[in-house]
Amino acid sequence: MIGNFDFDVIWRSLPYLFRDGMTFTLLLTALSAAGGLVFGTLIALMRLSGYRVLGLIAGLYVDFMRTLPLVLVIFWFYFLVPYIAQWLTGAASPIRVGAFHSSLITFIMFEAAYFSEIMRAGIQSISRGQPAAAQALGLTYGQTMRYVVLPQAFRNMLPVLLTQTIVLFQDTSLVYVVSITDFLGAASKVAQRDGRLVEMYLFAALVYFVISSVASFCVRLLQARIAVVR
Amino acid sequence: MNRNILFGLALAAAVGASQASAEELTGTLKNIKDTGTITLGYRDSSIPFSYLDDNQKPVGFAMDICYKIVDAVKKDLKLDKLQVKLNPVTSATRIPLMANGTIDLECGSTTNNAEREKQVWFTNTHFLTASRYVFKKSSNLKSIDDLKGKTVVSTAGTTNIKQLTEANVARKLNATIVPAKDHAEAFLMVETDRAVAFVMDDILLASLVAGSKDPSDYVISKDAFSTPEPYGIMLRKDDVPFKKVVDAATAALYTSGEGQKLYDKWFMSKIPPKGLNLNTPISPELKAEFAKPSDSPDPASYKP
Amino acid sequence: MNYHWNWGIFFEPNPMGTGSYLDLLLSGLELTIKTGLLAWVIALITGSIVGVLRTLPSKAASWFGFAYVEFFRNMPLLVQLFLWFFVLPELLPRNAGLWLKQLPNAPFWTAAVGIGFFMSARVAVQLQAGIGSLPRGQKQAATALGLTTVQTYRYVLLPMAFRIILPPLTSEFINTLKNTSVAITIGLLELTGQARSMEEFSFQVFEAFTAATVLYLLINLVIVIVMRLLEQAVAIPGYISGK
Repeated sequence: MIGNFDFDVIWRSLPYLFRDGMTFTLLLTALSAAGGLVFGTLIALMRLSGYRVLGLIAGLYVDFMRTLPLVLVIFWFYFLVPYIAQWLTGAASPIRVGAFHSSLITFIMFEAAYFSEIMRAGIQSISRGQPAAAQALGLTYGQTMRYVVLPQAFRNMLPVLLTQTIVLFQDTSLVYVVSITDFLGAASKVAQRDGRLVEMYLFAALVYFVISSVASFCVRLLQARIAVVR
Repeated sequence: MNRNILFGLALAAAVGASQASAEELTGTLKNIKDTGTITLGYRDSSIPFSYLDDNQKPVGFAMDICYKIVDAVKKDLKLDKLQVKLNPVTSATRIPLMANGTIDLECGSTTNNAEREKQVWFTNTHFLTASRYVFKKSSNLKSIDDLKGKTVVSTAGTTNIKQLTEANVARKLNATIVPAKDHAEAFLMVETDRAVAFVMDDILLASLVAGSKDPSDYVISKDAFSTPEPYGIMLRKDDVPFKKVVDAATAALYTSGEGQKLYDKWFMSKIPPKGLNLNTPISPELKAEFAKPSDSPDPASYKP
Repeated sequence: MNYHWNWGIFFEPNPMGTGSYLDLLLSGLELTIKTGLLAWVIALITGSIVGVLRTLPSKAASWFGFAYVEFFRNMPLLVQLFLWFFVLPELLPRNAGLWLKQLPNAPFWTAAVGIGFFMSARVAVQLQAGIGSLPRGQKQAATALGLTTVQTYRYVLLPMAFRIILPPLTSEFINTLKNTSVAITIGLLELTGQARSMEEFSFQVFEAFTAATVLYLLINLVIVIVMRLLEQAVAIPGYISGK
């Protein structure tokens, strides 16, 4: 079996794999991380706001998203986003949402729960003196958050946030279950069409491994660099 | 003179009113006119109805029929430009994606039956096929009962897997039924000896075998799980105006002889990507249906 | 919303002939739990071994531990399952490969092993952190008393380390159960897979997935309660983990 390893099939399908598959994966990862971070920070702030109702809603959201498997969440959003959009906008029939947008919404909503926990830990790790000093200087809540607390929290949690993004990068492979063509989906298509499962799956595993390892290594370097001496 | 003017005005008003009511579009037609796009659902590996060629472009018999429907819709709505979007579907996702508005037409190998008509509608039939199974010659299966205790694969969300499941219970086969995501994956399971048989429509099996690395290794069963059932192009349920346009387009296509030409293009000549010729002449039942197009889900209504 | 609701679908017979749709979902739930438990056992055993290796003074051991964790952490679980299920049988000698492929319940065993090894890397890291958080004096005292390395770990370090990491291990166990859903791609009909089957046969998308969601929430609740009881049962009063 090792003897007739077909390198040619990998070589031939490289353009398709990377132009179609990898760009989808990377784009989805980047946009979901950004959106998830923004939304997650909002949820963290809701939880820490001191208003019981807001805190309860935020807490329930986070617990809910973290209890469900990502595969189930993908199915939910894939089939139901058009109905929800119809209900929200009062349209006459379900609104058409493409595969990319449906996955984007799914991952932003899902990752927001995880990012919110990270940001919450980050915000809570800031010493109380900071917001107190900001208040003494006359800054509003919004200004305190925007200029004092969040920048420090973000910087402190940057390695953890980046690690979560690497996890997100790997999780995007699960769009396979709704037959969306990301990098793994593209490799699968070629594998099934040409009957070359071993070559394509080993290659896909190698690519994911290299990208994740290099990224983790960079995060470790970053962590050493930005360690703040207190 | 006054009377004439009055009469003329009344006529103009009547014509004007009828023009106004003709502009009242609803449902899919309205959506298409407003967005200027129509979305077609295509399959990965339903050869030769809807599948990806070497350039990952969807082609096939059902795709060609759909493009003709698109032309008819364009003419009917008097649009200068109609953008066609393509959305991949699988057997398992085609019906939910039709219901939730992601696709307007599903161009593939979907069986039209009464149960599905509770969720979606179909236009005039474009093929008739029965459910059979393919197996490796070396497995030496002689009938459905030989599947006892074996691992059998079929594609998720199809009528075939449903028929297989029911037969499994009715004939007490105790077979392990494995659902695959699409036809290529299921066929691969037989190819790699993970499953002993793949249950699917016979025309799709014939295409997969013909395109495989060693066609002589495989045998398609003689006995079937069902009588020949109709394939139809799917559209949304309760959308009467859209169905009218689509039905008219497909009826015109089949009765004019163009349908037969398209059939010959995909079943009697070389098709991409490997230049196979399936060499399947048109069945008498299908020929009769082309002469008198019907969207009936009842297999018994299709007689030669 | 032109969706045809039917909450009574759960009591209608399913086409598999095995009872109602609810029975279908419950059989999926049973498979989820079985696969999760087996995977967790594998993860605990192998993860603990690797975790201990990562804390040993020997350079070879810690290098192996590092490589092991990096290998299983830098590949998506889905890709790992594909490697176990599709690639491994092809790389083995023909007879062994055929035996693997035709194993009844092949998806179950493959999923349990694949998920088990994936999670073992995380257990290893947790255990390393747990052992690392113990005061250095513990190990030194053990050496002073004349205990061998094995005895040190067995009687002094590990009992405390496991108690400390019990809360994060709980969430890793829940993650293991959630990860079983990824195995629908290799044909395992666990809870999410059965919900999908139900949706395919009955077209009742909302009902099927709501039921699956409720069942996952229930599992989560049960595990959290059980683990909390376990934490209380093994807690040593007055120590870090004893609250």
